[in-house]
Amino acid sequence: MNEMVITREQREARLEGMGCKRKRVEDIRFTQGKGNYVDDLKLPGMLHGDFVRSQYGHARIKRIDAAKARALPGVIAVLTADDLKPLGLHWMPTLAGDVQAVLADGKVHFQNQEIAFVVAENRYVADDAIQLVEVEYEELPVLVDPFKALDPDAPELRPDLAGKTVGAHGPRKHHNHIFEWTVGDRAATDEAFNRADVTIKEMISYQRVHPSPLETCQCVASFDKIKGELTVHGTFQAPHVIRTVASLLSKIPEHKIHVVAPDIGGGFGNKVGAYSGYICAIVATIVTGQPVKWVEDRIENLSTTSFARDYHMTTEIAATKDGKVTGLRVHVLADHGAFDACADPSKWPAGFFNIVTGSYDFPVAHLAVDGVYTNKAPGGVAYRCSFRVTEAAYCIERAMDILAHKLGLDPAELRLRNFVRRDQFPYQSALGWEYDSGDYDTAMRKAMDAVGYAELRAEQARRREAFRRGETREIMGIGVSFFTEIVGAGPSKNCDILGVAMFDSAEIRIHPTGSIIARMGSKSQGQGHETTWAQIIATELGIPADDIMIEEGNTDTAPYGLGTYGSRSTPVTGAAIAMAARKIKAKAQMIAAHLLEVSEYDLEWDIDGFRVKGNPERAKTMKEIAWAAYNSPPPGLEPGLEAVNYYDPPNMTYPFGAYICVMDIDVDTGVATTRRFYALDDCGTRINPMIIEGQVHGGLTEAFAIAMGQEIRYDELGNVIGASFMDFFLPTAVETPVWETDFTVTPSPHHPIGAKGVGESPNVGGVPCFSNAVNDAFSFLGATHIQMPHDAWRLWQAAQDLGA
Amino acid sequence: MIPGTFVYHRPGTVQEAVALLADHGEEARPLAGGHSLIPMMKLRMAAPEHLVDLRGIGALKTIAEDGGDIVIGAAVTQAQAIASDLLAARLPIIRGTALQIADPQIRYLGTLGGNVANGDPGNDMPAVMQCLGARYVAEGPDGVREIPAAEFYLGPYATALAPAEILTAIRVPAPPAGHGWAYEKLKRKVGDYATAAAAVVLTLAAGKVATCAIALTNLGPTPLLANAAAAGLVGSNLAPADVKAAADAAKAITDPAGDGRGPPAYRREMAGVMVARALTRAAQRAANGA
Repeated sequence: MNEMVITREQREARLEGMGCKRKRVEDIRFTQGKGNYVDDLKLPGMLHGDFVRSQYGHARIKRIDAAKARALPGVIAVLTADDLKPLGLHWMPTLAGDVQAVLADGKVHFQNQEIAFVVAENRYVADDAIQLVEVEYEELPVLVDPFKALDPDAPELRPDLAGKTVGAHGPRKHHNHIFEWTVGDRAATDEAFNRADVTIKEMISYQRVHPSPLETCQCVASFDKIKGELTVHGTFQAPHVIRTVASLLSKIPEHKIHVVAPDIGGGFGNKVGAYSGYICAIVATIVTGQPVKWVEDRIENLSTTSFARDYHMTTEIAATKDGKVTGLRVHVLADHGAFDACADPSKWPAGFFNIVTGSYDFPVAHLAVDGVYTNKAPGGVAYRCSFRVTEAAYCIERAMDILAHKLGLDPAELRLRNFVRRDQFPYQSALGWEYDSGDYDTAMRKAMDAVGYAELRAEQARRREAFRRGETREIMGIGVSFFTEIVGAGPSKNCDILGVAMFDSAEIRIHPTGSIIARMGSKSQGQGHETTWAQIIATELGIPADDIMIEEGNTDTAPYGLGTYGSRSTPVTGAAIAMAARKIKAKAQMIAAHLLEVSEYDLEWDIDGFRVKGNPERAKTMKEIAWAAYNSPPPGLEPGLEAVNYYDPPNMTYPFGAYICVMDIDVDTGVATTRRFYALDDCGTRINPMIIEGQVHGGLTEAFAIAMGQEIRYDELGNVIGASFMDFFLPTAVETPVWETDFTVTPSPHHPIGAKGVGESPNVGGVPCFSNAVNDAFSFLGATHIQMPHDAWRLWQAAQDLGA
Repeated sequence: MIPGTFVYHRPGTVQEAVALLADHGEEARPLAGGHSLIPMMKLRMAAPEHLVDLRGIGALKTIAEDGGDIVIGAAVTQAQAIASDLLAARLPIIRGTALQIADPQIRYLGTLGGNVANGDPGNDMPAVMQCLGARYVAEGPDGVREIPAAEFYLGPYATALAPAEILTAIRVPAPPAGHGWAYEKLKRKVGDYATAAAAVVLTLAAGKVATCAIALTNLGPTPLLANAAAAGLVGSNLAPADVKAAADAAKAITDPAGDGRGPPAYRREMAGVMVARALTRAAQRAANGA
């Protein structure tokens, strides 16, 4: 009865579609401890695997004696490289076109490298057995400094590549050289520098850090010898790719491999690649016929499975004396560790680092990246980042501040003078990208107004005077950053992983009663896909989000997709969802026309169904149409109401944002306190503002951690230092600043719903904002660039060096 | 991160615990809150075959006044110490320090006895106990004895406890009402050990320092009682030059290691800053009568 008088607003509201702060449906189970994670899985007869790891950073293995371990009651097997060799699985291909030892093959290349895999009845026996495996080493000279990697007398780290003068990305110029990647017009850029009024040059390092999801990497592999089928439950951000890789490596047909990614406790790029643990668990289950579980501990996670960053960026800007940039020249020394296990699209050895011109209208630019091997853990993953975009944003945002300082210009003012203007979009960058849309000037000015920027600068001036007079030992920094991201990998014309184009997919099926099951090729690790994907469908199809079930992660049921990382889910999967929904809508329109006995062209969409133009009383809701699809479809039209879409995006999306940070630093201790942090994000159309805010809070917290303390450090002997949460800085609620969030909305013109993605923006923009605040605080004392991480002792040291 | 095999014992009396430790000798370790020992076992840096859990012994869980002393049972948790009205009134520095140890979850399990008995130079309570002139009550096969906190620490994880001896209680002579106190701890984040920390207990008379004790945490192989620094302040009115002299004297006895918290030079310098800040805060509290 109420149905008759329900208002349009009520009809719209009950959908909980796009723009609604819908509560996260997955939180019902997460907040009650009822999530279903890999380590919750216990299969009958399940065995446990664990690794013997290298104690050295670089050594030859003279002997491995596992006899005592094998004799320990409860030990089922001890695998070494020699056991994997007959299967051809002692090395595996990396996503970056290199190879990586699954188990050390006569040599260890980094501390904690996998040497042997012990399989036992339980975790305790497995670890007891590890203590009994004897490994005899012959130590080799260690290389940890990437700046020494290409020295003529540098130790040769990869004798397996000896004589290989061409790698996956072109010529190698040294035994520790992986690739050189260049983009841009070198001659024109050099010319711009020759003519410049002002230039700056700085080596800006972005230290090695780790994504450190709270749930470490893990899997349970289970082989059914009768059926010849392999099931792998794992913490996979890209389960379909894992299945393809597993099939290619194991030779088990892809349809006989079932990969399931259940609930995942954070990924941040750490769970994209394939690791030795997965391979060894799979081999072990095939050999034993029993399920095998492998779960990393915290130290293993931080010290072995994919690090991030470790980019050393020599950056130069040319400009006119009134602050107009005229050229950018960047050389990156990229430390990839012992194997190039970077998780970038195959043709992009340095990811999308050529977004390094940022938000600014550089007429010319040139970029060269040299990748090198060192005795460190392999990786180079996109830690809450779209393939080296964090590094690029840090590089350009620090460099712009350095230029502002040299010109005596306010850093916000310098940015305003150089932004790509709104009327320049779609904008062709000097390094080859086509920015889809943006309104940088508006965002920057809104941010400055929100924080009272001019007053903050006036306060800073007063406090600097007070510091000079010796009245305070505290200095104040104002950090400004303005980032442009490039996300949504990606168009098949330039993005693939191991030859699979980087599309993504959605399959939507409406049941007769009008509820929906929908499955995607993406995989949430905490992003809230079960909530937001339903909101897109709700708006597109007029079915309440609560009546829509979202499923991801099971390769048997979900359509093939490349997974969730690099902020690609909303730009790619989100588009696939809208396109699949529109296919259904088109068919629904035909059914509605049949039911209403009008032409489909006489119908118009109205929130949750179709109505006859000019006669709104005559209408059919989607629920009615769904029933008819199964009950009385129009003659000649196949029954049912479902659709699949594989979306190949025409372009990337380019989210952007303006962040401002106010920081106070006690120069006597080096302790920095973030007084205020304001983050304006423009991610195009906003699907769920609450989830966006949550994403921004999480990403800013990571950015804070990276800028102010995170570091995976190696000593000169190749020992990894600080690979535990005692030392690796994961801030608690106590240390974390209060975040102020804001937004503008500039939809993507090429995306079906105009959404650009937001998950990684706060990490990308946050790190330079914090670092700029620190550097701004010290700038009046003569600082040009202080390297991260900005932990207390380093800031104290900076103050000492500046005589503060 | 998986420990080796061990036998778990849960005695009900100190005597039973002592007997178990005596029986199993070096293969046995007493367990209290477990926040130092269990991580070491998970890393297999410690592999005791017998764990003697002291938490079943009710007598170790009380806080009481005995003559001029406050007696704190060794198995009293940091959370209990924080909640104790007696400690808040008579030994506020213990509550103030316990609140700077790790986080509430750890404080529900971690004990004062474990914190002082383990000999970890990163633990916070040893310096505080030295400052307060506390005595540790130890019970072993040969009976009960008291060991001054100032003489207890011999090196990292090395203490004056004899084999099979258990630290059962901490006896703290209550400082006079109106004393000033402070525990200043510089750390990277919640849950971290101190980069540098300083404990101060002092009394003022007519605006001048009457008594003073200063001790330092995590700045050498053991907690450090900065006697010379403290002695130099008696009779002073804590003018900036006095505070600086004390900070310099305290810095001089430090021998910090370099680690993720910073190089030795930084940590030594921070020892001075923490001492100076602790003195200032303690003097303010004394002046305010609390």
